[in-house]
Amino acid sequence: MPDPRETRVLLAHAEDPSLRTLEGYRRLVGGYQTLERAYREMEQDEILEELEDSGLRGRGGAGFAMGKKASFLPRGEMAKYLCCNADESEPGAFKDRELMQRNPHQLIEGIAISALAADAGHAFIFIRGEYDAQADILDAAVAEAYEAGYLGRDILGCKRDLELVVHRGAGAYICGEETALLDALEGKRGNPRLKPPFPAVQGLYGGPTLINNVETLSNVPHIVRHGAEWFRGFGTEQSPGTKVVSVSGGVRRPGNYEVELGIPTRDLIYELAGGPEAGHEIKALFPGGSSSPVLTAEEALDLPYSFEAMAEAGSMLGSGSIIVCDDRVSIPHLALRTARFYHHESCGKCTPCREGTNWTVKMLERMVRGEATPLDLDIVASVQQNIIGNCLCVLGDSMAMPVGAMVRKFREEFEAVMADPELVVDPHAVVQAPPETLGAQV
Amino acid sequence: MSAANGFDAPDGRHLPVDPSLTEGRVPGRAEEEIPELHEVDCPADLREEVEALMGRYPDRRSASIPALWAVQRRYGWCAPEGIRQIAAVMRFTPAYLESVASFYDLLHTEPVGTHRIEVCTNISCWMRGGDRLLEAFQAAAEGKDVFVTGFECLGACDIAPMASIDQRYYGPLEAAEAGAAIEQLEAGAEVLPEKALARRPLAGDTPRPGGGPDA
Repeated sequence: MPDPRETRVLLAHAEDPSLRTLEGYRRLVGGYQTLERAYREMEQDEILEELEDSGLRGRGGAGFAMGKKASFLPRGEMAKYLCCNADESEPGAFKDRELMQRNPHQLIEGIAISALAADAGHAFIFIRGEYDAQADILDAAVAEAYEAGYLGRDILGCKRDLELVVHRGAGAYICGEETALLDALEGKRGNPRLKPPFPAVQGLYGGPTLINNVETLSNVPHIVRHGAEWFRGFGTEQSPGTKVVSVSGGVRRPGNYEVELGIPTRDLIYELAGGPEAGHEIKALFPGGSSSPVLTAEEALDLPYSFEAMAEAGSMLGSGSIIVCDDRVSIPHLALRTARFYHHESCGKCTPCREGTNWTVKMLERMVRGEATPLDLDIVASVQQNIIGNCLCVLGDSMAMPVGAMVRKFREEFEAVMADPELVVDPHAVVQAPPETLGAQV
Repeated sequence: MSAANGFDAPDGRHLPVDPSLTEGRVPGRAEEEIPELHEVDCPADLREEVEALMGRYPDRRSASIPALWAVQRRYGWCAPEGIRQIAAVMRFTPAYLESVASFYDLLHTEPVGTHRIEVCTNISCWMRGGDRLLEAFQAAAEGKDVFVTGFECLGACDIAPMASIDQRYYGPLEAAEAGAAIEQLEAGAEVLPEKALARRPLAGDTPRPGGGPDA
């Protein structure tokens, strides 16, 4: 039996491998009944209203209201598209992988119902190329859904068509950014586009396009089936529903846990994920993937895990991925490791991001080698300020926010390492100096 | 022939720069650079595969990445002759397809080994020894037909430190397991079966660490 603090809606029966098949999905969770009802009995506006009333917020990172986004698409006769963003590449995030691997039909049903709401006739799942096993599972499930008449021409005899293509990417974090995803899907290098126009107005092939995350779309069949009121019975006022939270790093039982939004962060980390290893304490954590500003243990552990509480604390819930750093982790090395990722993944289109990530890496390298001057700390901080808000997309900001927060909250630790790089005996993250030397400045 | 405002080219065009300086460097018309099918000797099954891929999308350009994957599956990497073959089928220039291939980390524009191992070195894996795991794999692959590279987050922080071995995930791995994994790979045997992600239960269904009420 799972812990009572888990609330498995999206992951219900996920332990059963037969859930992957159409037969299992029907038998275990009554799969595709909602799709049948939506196609046979419901109008576009009815579905939209249910989604808007539910208050479902996007699970990919930005947390934008899903129903509202779908309602932005213009009405009328034109080619419209739906894209499922399955390019999960944010360090710390691995929830979509689990959802696709264990319950692919839930996603397909969500896409088919959302396509009705968006009046889209063509849908794509853009899955990162690394998730080859999951893409194979999706391919098999999509073929089954076509066979059963849930996709394709004249679905269930309701005079509606929907083509669904599983499109594999080829390894680029930037393609998780929605406009870069569109470029990649159009067969180009994945560079972000200028917004506006937003994809809802002008997206894939220039047509109105609804883009949603895997987990967001997986929620749709449940909301349409049980109603917005039911959905709002989970979570908080501003963060309704359940959330699959990925917990990793310095915990004893890392993994995905589906919980009601708003549960105490401490419970997630200590009760579900097993807490830190014996003899160690939590020093800091990323509450929402590597792009979220780090919080110290004191700041984070007593907060409810919700969009609003994390925003109030100066960070964000993001994709719902907690990376725990215990007291052995050297924050300057963590900052360098984080910055290197964004430097590697910057597409190079905008100067502040391309140059800012490069110079941040170089300065942090100097710091951990003991070759930096105290002035470098201020320069690093100012570089982050010059990136934020100055690029077409938020990749650069995604480095600037966590690195900026690390320098601000752990300045003493940076200064200690700069003065004596020998303090960090093992460069592979594990700090062996007494914790009080490198303690958080709170 | 120079003129007060620009230059007259031999073909009668009026150009802003001296054509003798740009001779041979003037970009040809794009159509000229698309190889013809009879010039490239494209295998019939590859051609059929790429044509089917183009048919899946409203715009054939969308098939670029899937077609490059098809080339990589056939030749082991995005070899120039393979790119020319699909360019002829898709009616794009090889340069265009190469520009797409070079953007993505999983598409290789240089030859790599028969087997490919990507070791995650991002935050959660790094904290649990991902760099040491990468070193161990590199050492174990020495002299073998196995390509090993460090990689950014592979989306499996729950099994950190981990690696993707021929596109399948394994973890949590110990450095000492690298040798066995590569031997199994080369022998065509199942790789580290007990470490395969595909066999892992949901985290919440595993025993509580340290023994709790559910342990």
